[in-house]
Amino acid sequence: MQDGQHAAVALRKWASLRDLPDPAMDRALSARRLSEGGGLPAHKLDGNCAAARAMANLDVLIAAPVFAIQLLVDGILIGAVFALVAYGMALVWGVMNVINIAQGEFVMLGGYTGVVCARYLGISPFFGIPLGAAVGFLAGLLVYQLVIRRVVEHDLFTSLLAAFGVSILLAQLLNQAFGPDEVVIDTGLGSLNLFGNMVSVSVIKLVSCGLTVAIGGALMLFLKRSRLGQAIRATAQNARAARVMGIDTDRIYAMTFAINAAICGAAGALVAMIWVVSPYAGLPYTVRSFTIVIMAGLGNLGGVILSAFGLGVIEQFASFIFGAETEFAFVFSFLVLVLIARSLILQRQRKVLR
Amino acid sequence: MRREALTFALRGPRLAAALILAALSLAAPFLFPAITVQLALLWIMVVFAMTWDTTGGQMGYNSFGNVLFVGLGMYACAVVQRDFGLGYFWTLAAGLAVGALIAVTVGAVLGAGMLGLRGHYFAIGTLGLGIAAGEIASSWEYVGAGGGLTVPIYPGDIAFRTGFFYYQCLMLALATFLALRWLYGTRFGLALNAIRDDEDKAEAMGLHTTRYKTVAWCTAAFFLSIAGGILGNIIGFIDPRDTAFASSSYGIWMVLMAILGGKGTLWGPVVGAVIFHLTQELFWTYLLGWQRVALGLLIVLIVVFFPQGIFGWVRARWPERFGATVEKPAGTKSA
Amino acid sequence: MSRILEVEGVSKSFGGVVANRDISLNVAAGEIVGLIGPNGSGKTTLFNSIVGYHPIDSGSIRFESREISRLRVPQIARLGLLRTFQQTRVYKGMSCLENMLISTSHSGATLRGMLAGVPREIEERAEEILEFVGLYPKRRLAASDLSFGQQKLLEFGMALMNEPKMLLLDEPTAGINPTLINGLIDRLRRANAQLGITLLVIEHNMRVIMNLAQRLYCLAHGELLAEGTPGELQRDRRVLDAYLGAH
Repeated sequence: MQDGQHAAVALRKWASLRDLPDPAMDRALSARRLSEGGGLPAHKLDGNCAAARAMANLDVLIAAPVFAIQLLVDGILIGAVFALVAYGMALVWGVMNVINIAQGEFVMLGGYTGVVCARYLGISPFFGIPLGAAVGFLAGLLVYQLVIRRVVEHDLFTSLLAAFGVSILLAQLLNQAFGPDEVVIDTGLGSLNLFGNMVSVSVIKLVSCGLTVAIGGALMLFLKRSRLGQAIRATAQNARAARVMGIDTDRIYAMTFAINAAICGAAGALVAMIWVVSPYAGLPYTVRSFTIVIMAGLGNLGGVILSAFGLGVIEQFASFIFGAETEFAFVFSFLVLVLIARSLILQRQRKVLR
Repeated sequence: MRREALTFALRGPRLAAALILAALSLAAPFLFPAITVQLALLWIMVVFAMTWDTTGGQMGYNSFGNVLFVGLGMYACAVVQRDFGLGYFWTLAAGLAVGALIAVTVGAVLGAGMLGLRGHYFAIGTLGLGIAAGEIASSWEYVGAGGGLTVPIYPGDIAFRTGFFYYQCLMLALATFLALRWLYGTRFGLALNAIRDDEDKAEAMGLHTTRYKTVAWCTAAFFLSIAGGILGNIIGFIDPRDTAFASSSYGIWMVLMAILGGKGTLWGPVVGAVIFHLTQELFWTYLLGWQRVALGLLIVLIVVFFPQGIFGWVRARWPERFGATVEKPAGTKSA
Repeated sequence: MSRILEVEGVSKSFGGVVANRDISLNVAAGEIVGLIGPNGSGKTTLFNSIVGYHPIDSGSIRFESREISRLRVPQIARLGLLRTFQQTRVYKGMSCLENMLISTSHSGATLRGMLAGVPREIEERAEEILEFVGLYPKRRLAASDLSFGQQKLLEFGMALMNEPKMLLLDEPTAGINPTLINGLIDRLRRANAQLGITLLVIEHNMRVIMNLAQRLYCLAHGELLAEGTPGELQRDRRVLDAYLGAH
């Protein structure tokens, strides 16, 4: 097939999807994202033409800029969830100097809580948000008391490895409980069509974006105003001074870790509704959060939000151009790229990323 | 200078024990024909743990992604074996050599960027590297993509096949051990320890830190790629995520074995690998699908309760055995 | 005497805070020069600028007539300009002897050289210097087992092992038992006289620096306030004011 034909096929395919009735099209669109992702399905192509396919998909983007708007909107809406999870990671990192590799597993824990609500309890998956937060909070407290508490004063690699162990443990327990397959929750909410039906925005993504903003705002308010929040911020600035001033830092650490897990749990319930959950989809969320925090710099909240949106959008575009099956490859490669770029920039100022 | 912390003099009972071990290792395929493959894997594990410790224990660069080099070696070897018909043994040798070349090159190129990262940035960055490699391999048609790659079969008798690979693994483990023992005894080894203890100080003293870090990583890459090539042949089938770039098995086992035995010691990773592998072979099958849950639990338990490892514990208990002694000659009063 | 170190108009600021403004000083080969000033006057920042720890905003730094302000820390160290740290830094996991053996000059170090064994004469020199700083009996002990003062001596020994042309010492007597300070001053003098190492010393202990240095520079608020012999500076009104906070 010629490159031009690739583009034409993709366009026709897209156009035919546009004609479908609303909910069906929504499903088809999400199915497209899940199974094929980009403009063209992988299996229709012969072996060694990944590059040709990427070029063809790029052509589609240039030929029909409205796709770009679609990707942009999707990316920003997804990015809101990334921002929430990354914010939690930055909180734990800043306060306890622990990088929680189990971050993504807490997200999946919340996601499966939503799944249990929708599938087994037969209640609205929106109950999964507070329930996911509660499950996350308890799991976070448990993990802190059993594991993190004992390594928080050790060197960084020890706590990193301990968190990695927890991550594997949680992922495997989820696998034992729910099986290895990807799960989605259908909320039944439709989607809005904009730009003469060329751009569709699913309502659940909008709702989730709004909820994300609400949760993030509440958290910020809590950290700023409440007594516990102030103690958390004091501990972040100087744990030893906080201890001298009579703050029980062990309790602060426990609460910080649990609150982070609760945020992840709530975010996970949203992920289950707007995307997919699976036992092994946790690590990419951890890596995304880490990437976002590195891009933004620790302690830079505005930067975290912007980077999260940026990452969401970049991922959407990459997924369209290279195909959705390369999604994880992209997430992990992008982390490496960001790290190296950041390190090289710092090296110009004779500093190192440490 | 002898570095007592690393080398034991081989004398008396130690020499006898070493000779018995050597004889057992050599005769193993005849003594225990039923478990020759498991014993071959044991030597692979020893290579994994020892090379991880070169950067992790000796240099302080804790990598979660050294499995990258295993995968590179495995794929390179298998592709050469698949595509070049020089006769089985020649292509196998060529495959191992090509794998080593690719792994060392990749190590040097990536090292320029990755080894500029410190601490957990390096750890998580390498984790990303290992997983990204697996994901890329699983969408690359030339190497069989997600479907995997079948390695050409050994042409001779099946009984000879296991023995053939067993001795390769044994030789590789021995070569790795001797090479690293020698390396740690040189001033290069001291430079690695200096980088581990205080890299800023090492730079302030004028050490070529980047050069030494890269060489250390490439050394690990070299041995790992050969181990990967052989491992691919033993298993016979390469799955991109579960055998070649298996971050959640080999990748994390390496770290675990080295820590269990004792980071930063010569013998620690060897002992850790033996204990871990034996435990795994003896008990793993009884776990019926809960193996990976157990792995997670094991990591947590070791890290929380036994982070210094066996040799670390022994060293803290009997430091004078590792050469830490004070002389008190009359009249010399130290500050 | 030829000037070994020439600092001309060096400025450095962090964010909006000016740490060094237009500082010029020079040190002749073989001299012992002191750098004094109240806390926060920019002494350590100047040290860091000289050894290449961070880029400077403007000015020039020449070592043996060679511009070094664009070089990195290890490159400058290999030229023979070395510093010690205020918070003593040694390789804590290694024995004292190993600390010494890895601290030889790396100016011509090749990988092949590093992969060879340690030459006998280097080991002998290491033991000599350990004897000189009084740590010979503890040479097989891990550096982490030493007291703070002993680590300081070890760090000094490591610097000597490197055979630098010039040594920047950041508060060499801070945290050392007062009874040992005289011994340390004596060792610094001997290193200067016998090994020909030029010294630039930051010091808060006035008794020490007045005894040790031939010339002094005084910094205050990131600027060069005064220079002269110890006697001249002791009588300088501005220096007194700076220390008493009237400035």
